[in-house]
Amino acid sequence: MISTFTSGERQGALIIAGAVMLFGLIMAVAGHADPMGVHGWIVLLFGGATAYAVLRAVYDPAPQEDRALSYYDDPTKVGLVISLFWAVVAMGMGVWVAAQLAWPDLRFDAAWSSFGRIRPVHTSGVIFGFGGNALIATSYHVMQRTSRARLAGQISPWFVLLGFNLFCLLAATGYLMGVTQSKEYAEPEWYADILLVIVWVVYFILYIRTLARRNEPHIYVANWYYLAFILVVAILHIVNNLAVPASLTGAKSYSAFAGVQDAMTQWWYGHNAVAFFLTAGFLGMLYYFLPKRAERPIYSYRLSILSFWGIVFFYIWAGSHHLHYTALPQWVQTLGMTFSVMLLVPSWASAGNALMTLNGAWHKVRDDATLRFMMVAAVFYGLSTFEGSFMAVRAVNSLSHYTDWTVGHVHAGAMGWVALITFGSIYAVVPLLWKRATMYSWKLVEWHFWLALAGTVVYVFAMWNSGITQGLMWRTYTESGTLAYSFTDTLVAMHPYYVARAFGGALFLAGAILAAFNVYMTIRRAPAKQPERDYPTSSEATEPAVPVAE
Amino acid sequence: MNILLLLIPISLAMGAVGVAAFLWSLRTDQYQDLSGDAERVLHAADHPITPRRRPTQNLQESGQ
Repeated sequence: MISTFTSGERQGALIIAGAVMLFGLIMAVAGHADPMGVHGWIVLLFGGATAYAVLRAVYDPAPQEDRALSYYDDPTKVGLVISLFWAVVAMGMGVWVAAQLAWPDLRFDAAWSSFGRIRPVHTSGVIFGFGGNALIATSYHVMQRTSRARLAGQISPWFVLLGFNLFCLLAATGYLMGVTQSKEYAEPEWYADILLVIVWVVYFILYIRTLARRNEPHIYVANWYYLAFILVVAILHIVNNLAVPASLTGAKSYSAFAGVQDAMTQWWYGHNAVAFFLTAGFLGMLYYFLPKRAERPIYSYRLSILSFWGIVFFYIWAGSHHLHYTALPQWVQTLGMTFSVMLLVPSWASAGNALMTLNGAWHKVRDDATLRFMMVAAVFYGLSTFEGSFMAVRAVNSLSHYTDWTVGHVHAGAMGWVALITFGSIYAVVPLLWKRATMYSWKLVEWHFWLALAGTVVYVFAMWNSGITQGLMWRTYTESGTLAYSFTDTLVAMHPYYVARAFGGALFLAGAILAAFNVYMTIRRAPAKQPERDYPTSSEATEPAVPVAE
Repeated sequence: MNILLLLIPISLAMGAVGVAAFLWSLRTDQYQDLSGDAERVLHAADHPITPRRRPTQNLQESGQ
């Protein structure tokens, strides 16, 4: 991989790795009495490992071929492998967290394994580790293919990918040590947040520069979705993480906002993280890989563009529906509710567009599990966006909020939509990137599909039942006007659903492990793709009668 | 609710960036050949077009 670097780029990579090591050392020394010191050592080791990887190949011959003639796929490949690693780790954590809710003894009495610490390892690991790496990797793939141009940079794609993973590593290890700023999906503390801002700005510049050198006049719609994902997440991240560190030698910081003001900022961030991280980016994936796999153009390209602009202009106003019946002013709640209902239009436009693209190719969906992953992802996208609009209505929210229904809704989106479209895209792109004829085993892809679908359905149904039971029990009064059920009563009622949830999650995890194994074996074992030959295959000869010019 | 004095202008500004990007996409003829645009990604060979054949570069060269 380093062999495609010129000597100047190798020096540049070493300088960056050295700077990372220096920062790590400063953090380790300054924060030696704090978890920040441990993070310093992690940063130092991460920089050191990168420097070692560069140094090992630093005297390799310089690249001879013209790099502009081929796409730059090394960062994509590594990003996909890391993404699958995070999938197994974070989904494993998820199963453990779910099992702890059913059987609390599974905490084993350690501080680091308490629910509040390993749950964010699951959520951040899945969203950022699995989803984020898959988004970065596929965006590199898609921006090059649709622009017909090579990535605009040799070091910066690696900087983005590795810097992002350093952020994920700091996040996950921090949670286990109790480092958190207690904001959902934005738990990492200030130094990790600053790192992410730097990485994200480089990512945005890389994307814009690659688009600027495109050889195709039209910017394909998937790029717009990826760009919105990068740009909006940057702004959300900066605003929501405005905080004052308690000290420069420790991890602890205090938010710039207090009370409901902080809550509003958090859910303005939180809901738009769902919108632009978990929706826009993955729609970019859908709009590229689904037509590619089905070998059919998107049903209505015009509609795909319309739904993009719909999502861009509507989503940003929807966040306050997370704060119904709070100290937030009523009109702000109503604003969020209204935009949430309006969002159904662009969301269903995308879901319908994806399904209509497959209309007429259902035999492919039947035969090809990879395409079926994408089809079911579109169905779950439609289902969970409908559910989301519905739950944002204040009256529905009065039943659903704070119950497991919300958890079920999030997982219908995260497992059914985000994970399935990601797995579908990975199965579509891995043979292409590693120049294999197919995946190592199509049977494992089939198994994965049914495990993932069964796991999602079991999980979501368990949480619907649990959430509605819980919500109804909380609002049941006796004739004398007191609450009919104690909190413990609701826990007893939810226990069977929690067992079912852990089981559904375990099925989903099993599928992810199969995916990781299948991708590993594809890289290692699957036969290489034969170059396409332009002569009749019925020919007896192994060589064409007239040699074909390459 | 002072926070709204921050969040609403930021959200409006992001919307304005969106409008600007949309107008740019209209002015640069991004939507002239929608069916062709949807088809072309399916058939592109898996290598970049060499920079020498870049249409924009040719335009610049002829302009100089």
